[in-house]
Amino acid sequence: MSTTQKELRGASRWALSLNAVLVYAFFYAPIALLVLYSFSDDDLVGRWGGFTLDWYRAFGQNDEVQNALGVSVRVAIISTLISVVLGTMAALALERFRFRGQRVFDALLYLPVIVPDVTMAVMMLLFFTQGISLLDSIFGIQLSKGIATVALSHIAFSISFVSIVVRARLSGMNEKLEEAAQDLYASKWQTFRHITLPLIAPGVIGGGLLALTLSLDDVVITQFVAGPGSTTLPVYVFGLIRRGVSPLINAVSVVMLAASILLVLLSSLAQRARGGQAT
Amino acid sequence: MFAAACGGSTSTETTNASNDGGSEDAGSDDAGSDGGDAGSAADCEAGETDGPLAIYNWTEYMDPDLKDAFASEFGVEVTEDNYDSNEAMQPIVSAGGSGFDFIVPSDYMVSIMIDSGDLQPLNKDAIPNIGNLLPEFASGLPFDPTATYTAPYQWGTTGLGVDLDVTGEDVPQSWGLIFDPDLAAEYNLAGSYATLLNDPRETMGAALKYLGYSLNTTSDAELDEAKKLVQDAADRVAAYDSDQYDELLVTGDSQVAHGYSGNFIVQFDGAEGNYSYFVPDEGGTRWVDNMAIPKDAPHPCTAHTFINFLLDAERGAQLTNWNFYASPNAASEEFIDPEVLEDPIVYPTDTSKLEFISDTGDFEINFSDAFIEAKG
Amino acid sequence: MTTVLATPELEATNERQKRRRGFFLALPAYIYLSLFFALPLLIVVVYSFATRTRSGGTALEEWNLESYRKLGEPIVTDILLRSLTLAIITTVICLVLAYPFSYFLATRRELTRNIMLVFVMIPFWSNFLVRNYAWRVLLGNDGPVSQLTEGIGLGETTILFTPTAIVLGLVYGFLPFMILPMYAAIERMDWSLLEASRDLGASGFQTFRKVTFPLSLPGVIAGSILVFIPSLGAYVTPQILGGGKKTMLGSYIVTQFLTARNWPVGAAVSTVLMFVMLMATLIYFRKGGRTL
Repeated sequence: MSTTQKELRGASRWALSLNAVLVYAFFYAPIALLVLYSFSDDDLVGRWGGFTLDWYRAFGQNDEVQNALGVSVRVAIISTLISVVLGTMAALALERFRFRGQRVFDALLYLPVIVPDVTMAVMMLLFFTQGISLLDSIFGIQLSKGIATVALSHIAFSISFVSIVVRARLSGMNEKLEEAAQDLYASKWQTFRHITLPLIAPGVIGGGLLALTLSLDDVVITQFVAGPGSTTLPVYVFGLIRRGVSPLINAVSVVMLAASILLVLLSSLAQRARGGQAT
Repeated sequence: MFAAACGGSTSTETTNASNDGGSEDAGSDDAGSDGGDAGSAADCEAGETDGPLAIYNWTEYMDPDLKDAFASEFGVEVTEDNYDSNEAMQPIVSAGGSGFDFIVPSDYMVSIMIDSGDLQPLNKDAIPNIGNLLPEFASGLPFDPTATYTAPYQWGTTGLGVDLDVTGEDVPQSWGLIFDPDLAAEYNLAGSYATLLNDPRETMGAALKYLGYSLNTTSDAELDEAKKLVQDAADRVAAYDSDQYDELLVTGDSQVAHGYSGNFIVQFDGAEGNYSYFVPDEGGTRWVDNMAIPKDAPHPCTAHTFINFLLDAERGAQLTNWNFYASPNAASEEFIDPEVLEDPIVYPTDTSKLEFISDTGDFEINFSDAFIEAKG
Repeated sequence: MTTVLATPELEATNERQKRRRGFFLALPAYIYLSLFFALPLLIVVVYSFATRTRSGGTALEEWNLESYRKLGEPIVTDILLRSLTLAIITTVICLVLAYPFSYFLATRRELTRNIMLVFVMIPFWSNFLVRNYAWRVLLGNDGPVSQLTEGIGLGETTILFTPTAIVLGLVYGFLPFMILPMYAAIERMDWSLLEASRDLGASGFQTFRKVTFPLSLPGVIAGSILVFIPSLGAYVTPQILGGGKKTMLGSYIVTQFLTARNWPVGAAVSTVLMFVMLMATLIYFRKGGRTL
């Protein structure tokens, strides 16, 4: 795919660029506000009270927020990794193979997207409490709700989102390359690793980003399946907003934003370095 | 006093401690067990701890210093998790196996939780400080008439916050500012100037009070009248909001806000304009948040000790000085900042016109239906 | 390992192997979702036939259809129509914004494209509620948006607590859900087909209609599902930016489950909603698949 083939001419190129700029402006407008007021010396977001770093200091001293952030990050990483693997496998199975029970599986994969989140919250609560007491009474295994149940629930809804995005990528994609590789005696794994995976990578990455976002944002389901010590950041923030202490949360959000931007820059630098070696 | 028997140090997997608070009926399909049986109080002594403490409380409602003090005084680990509404907390505790030792439900939720058998009776022997409570709180409140299951944590009122720069200083203390368009116009209130709580019981209750009825009515006719009132007010309502009504008031997005006392005091403190909070003359809600122990709490003795700890005179005062809600603790008064103690927002001078919200059982559905229909 | 010599028997073996492989590939997700999703879901369906007790618990006896009767009330129809309208508008706006954006993204160089994609997602790693409240400040009386429109002579705007604000919030929240699958679909397009079309003298619009759009359709379909469904059930954004004035489907379900503690009704509404949406989704996807 050479870039020149994709180049567009004149007006439409301008329109596309303009649209992209507007979309980014739209995405970052509230972020700009958030960053700005994280430095404002006023309890109220939207009322400028002079520059201060107090909210960041408060964040540094607030154990609860830090714990909640830690729980959120851990849950997000675990659930993203697992749901990307399971979701991608499911997408491959559905798009590339015909097998018994496919229709049921297809339907089952859409349901987590469709279920309203409070409904999912209630059903997961009932399921986990029943399951835990059942395990206790039959096998004498004592478990309790906590980070594990939160992660299990996040995976349950993330798999579907990942598989939908990956399927959008796979659907109608040419299988010739993979067949050619197999003809050249590449193993199944080699074919997957060197041909299929790079081909579907944008879908997998997209699905993973979506899963990460969903996990980092979920309040309702998390609240219902969490146990002592597993309050996530969004759950904490939800309560905090009710008590009206917002700029602290702005500061927390800015820290998360900064950390993720740093992570992205580092990984793209690493990618470039690796690319440099290869050529 | 004996040291923590169960040395579990991590916070999430420590629910296996000994307890005789009755943990076997953790199943949730029996959520329908009306009139939960009292069971027996945990066999604990004053100052006894039986493992780490898991607090489940409203966000920013507990001074972190108090938790630290408790942890170091009794040598137990303390974790706190938060909820944002009674309605979110109750199903979690009620389902069983939540792992929490200490919860803070509000009044009407206490009666619901007692009915569903979610709470264990308190062992008063383990809570000697209970004698510190004001008489009106000690003898039991309508939602827990014999004070068997709960001890009050803090209390406050629901009323109206008003932007005096718009209405003028001599604004009448009436729900009519929301429900009577003529009265509102008289005080320069125009457009969508009001916010109401997004809570069927509070908002229908305000309308019921304006009409001169009890906010715990179970009369269809009275509720219907209140529904029409809320419906007619729709054009004057900017938002139904239970979270940020105080912010909206001071940012000028609203001029009259229906909300809880403590939030207003904090907000008015930093605001430039001229604001006031009052409970309207027709009457309003008084609420009490209460300390309670879930029926299947893993560490009931630690929870009892913690309740006793918070009912201490100085600790109770520390709590009020920290979050500006009124204390039910008589002994605490000498330690509370005079500024707070004398603030009529925190401590209303006349409590006779205030009413508790109580659970209306089957009629509860009518409240939420009426509210949904009134909003459209 | 497979052999390349294609005899009929081997073909059949291959076919059988392929079936088995597909099945095993799907198995982990299948098991996971059956255990941690389908089973819990079953509980909800069962609850929809139960009865609310006086104290707001759920009595699992005397099974009945009472909760489903509540769905026939006119207020529920109003709520449903209102939510459908907003969800459709949101989906269409997302489509219109996301399509050219994804196209633009897909035609960048690889590194640029990845960075741009990540920068689409970064705002969403802050916090959902905080972003919504930020919009509340932006749209509020005398807020930045109002000042901007006043500055360019359009007069003050009072968007906050209107349906417009809800749509804006929903579009903001779900636009990435549209961009990601669309981008994934457009990026894998066979660009030589486009060139061929142009070489054969098709106009830009003709090429788009006959070649580009059909090729990107799987992304369009997946994206609109991912935007439409959550918009239909959304309740935080309508609450924060719409002021909770008119009840939406999402808040109706939340009210039933939490405020009214009427789980049977909440479960019944959810069951019907899920059934209808599942059927619609499956049909939509089949249709979309066939037009390819």
